[in-house]
Amino acid sequence: MLRSLARPSAATAQAASRLSARAMMSTIVEDAVGPKCYGGTYTVTLIPGDGIGQETAASVKAVFAAAKVPVEFEQFDLSGFAQENDGLMREALSSLRRNRVGLKGILYTPIRQGHGSFNVAMRKELDIYASVAHCKNMPGVEARHKDVDFVIIRENTEGEYSGLEHQSVPGVVESLKIITRPKTERIARYAFDYALRNGRKRVTIVHKANIMKLADGLFLNTCRAVAKEYPSIQYNDMIVDNTAMQLVSRPQQFDVMVMPNLYGSIVSNIGAGLIGGPGIVPGANYGREFAIFEPGSRHVAKDIQGRNTANPSSLILSAVMMLRHLQLPAHADQIEAAVHKTLSAGAPRTPDLGGTQSTTEFTKAIIANL
Amino acid sequence: MASSAKQAAVAGAVGQYSGQRNSNGNYEVTLIPGDGIGPEISRSVERIFAAAKVPVEWETADVTPVLRDGRTVIPDEALASILRTKIALKGPLATPIGKGHVSLNLTLRRTFNLYANVRPCKSVPGFATRYSDVDTVLIRENTEGEYSGIEHEVVGGVMQSIKLITKPASERVARFAFAHAVATGRNHVTAVHKANIMKLSDGLFLQACQEVAREFPGVQFDEVLLDRACLQIVQDPAQYANTVMVMPNLYGDILSDMCAGLIGGLGLTPSGNIGRDASIFESVHGTGPDIAGQDKANPTALLLSSCMMLRHMRLNSYADRIEAAALATIAEGKAITADLGGRASNTQYTDAIISRL
Repeated sequence: MLRSLARPSAATAQAASRLSARAMMSTIVEDAVGPKCYGGTYTVTLIPGDGIGQETAASVKAVFAAAKVPVEFEQFDLSGFAQENDGLMREALSSLRRNRVGLKGILYTPIRQGHGSFNVAMRKELDIYASVAHCKNMPGVEARHKDVDFVIIRENTEGEYSGLEHQSVPGVVESLKIITRPKTERIARYAFDYALRNGRKRVTIVHKANIMKLADGLFLNTCRAVAKEYPSIQYNDMIVDNTAMQLVSRPQQFDVMVMPNLYGSIVSNIGAGLIGGPGIVPGANYGREFAIFEPGSRHVAKDIQGRNTANPSSLILSAVMMLRHLQLPAHADQIEAAVHKTLSAGAPRTPDLGGTQSTTEFTKAIIANL
Repeated sequence: MASSAKQAAVAGAVGQYSGQRNSNGNYEVTLIPGDGIGPEISRSVERIFAAAKVPVEWETADVTPVLRDGRTVIPDEALASILRTKIALKGPLATPIGKGHVSLNLTLRRTFNLYANVRPCKSVPGFATRYSDVDTVLIRENTEGEYSGIEHEVVGGVMQSIKLITKPASERVARFAFAHAVATGRNHVTAVHKANIMKLSDGLFLQACQEVAREFPGVQFDEVLLDRACLQIVQDPAQYANTVMVMPNLYGDILSDMCAGLIGGLGLTPSGNIGRDASIFESVHGTGPDIAGQDKANPTALLLSSCMMLRHMRLNSYADRIEAAALATIAEGKAITADLGGRASNTQYTDAIISRL
């Protein structure tokens, strides 16, 4: 279902299918967009991240090895706890530029002081502008809400995460939220294309244009204008506070949602809470040239680091999205089915889902179900 | 002991009601019935207060805004009334359509310096939702942040919206949150922020909270990232049942409505706006134009807001009695309004509450 996500606009769809056909033939192709495949093997940049990153990345590597997935990882142990990461960051970025595809955990960002978010820096550096998180009930995972199945498409490179802040006088701080028409058009088009390609019916534009009349007003009006290009997709808009209320009371009403950066953070976490937690929500970030796959609700989970209790499902399912992006659908389906089967079986569960099993035991169960 | 006495003194100084009893021994309260269903639900509250012999005299005011010198202002009579009584109960208001009108709520906020919005959400027994264990209290900074209204177009197609965070406003709302935690016995404050990304602005808000926390050594203090708070409240709201959350404007707007959604929507949640010059308690639902005048409206949100108001006026015993009667009526389920799944009229529901007082 998540196939062909890589290309943001309908205009490039044809080119995309040509490229993917070439990739399928496993020839060495110097293409402008899309992943690289040499001798039948893809090289992917792996950044496990902080917190539970090493544990969940180990789980992905074990599952990939067992399923004989033709992917080699180039691993970079970046950490947000380090003060300086310039050298390693440069290496990781050049690896991503080379491989075009990355699998990533979440890097810690210090609060109030210290360096800016490495996560945000990477997305901006590579212009990975569309974040996609899929909130859907998982078979076998009990949740307060049933039949939840919506996709959050979040602008990843501007808005409240512009990083532009200053102190006008002591005790008075301004933080700039930047909304631009080109970037809004791009994310809106991505959302409507996504709906079109994945057989979804409706896009909900989430905003706060009643208060931020110019910034969110531009976002809303631009999305509405783009919507006109997609007569077969319905659209509506909803104020972000009402969206939060509707999500916890009637989440079934949502299909595809598009929104500025900060609201995406809020909505993806509400969404994760609805269906069983951040351990089972996969996510991906797409640009025109590069794609990074990472857990959908973006938590470092430092509190459970090193205990072998983390649920690796969100990173494994993010890796499944990556395999589809790499045009390896058979491997993707096989691993996804194994995760679902393991979760449905009920017994081998990590503590976040009420179980007592370790990350390692859960991973073994998935491998047994391959 | 010394520190708790100091705490009480600080708590007393923050956002406290300063009204006095009149010659009849009653407190005067300004009542703004509002539009649509507003007058009906206001009448319910008046009847219940009369039946409970609450020492309150109402002074009804109309706040339909007027444009003066191009600015939206509330009429002089209403302004004078609220400034005198220092306290008001307000029904829903329709936002006037037309250029030049700022939203009425914004006008009231500015006029009376309403700096803290208090939004408690508690599961209502008898009205089942998917969550039965919600008991959150959220305090939202109400005067600045993302709602500063400072925006401009830098060049064509590039908009800047300025989020303004100041030390005085952050300290003021933080101090109120701690005072509220002391007054309600929660003794725990949680600051919700995004200071990993917005290091200066949310950082300043967080710093103000941390500094104010030192004035209240008896109150536990912690901080949580906005994303994590969203996740945790939706997953298990009981984790937040013992704390008072405090946060900047936009986050408070979103999270307070989200918490309301957990317990069944805005028809059941009270709201209070604490200000320097007055405090205004209100229902935050809409004006219900489709059912206005039909005696079908549910007055619970306004009634619970009035109970919050009574506690603010230190008339706790009246608040407790009225709230208990209302909740028992809902729990019994015989005389509840259509939005709660019943068939009673507003009048019948109000009568049922009065009979339980």
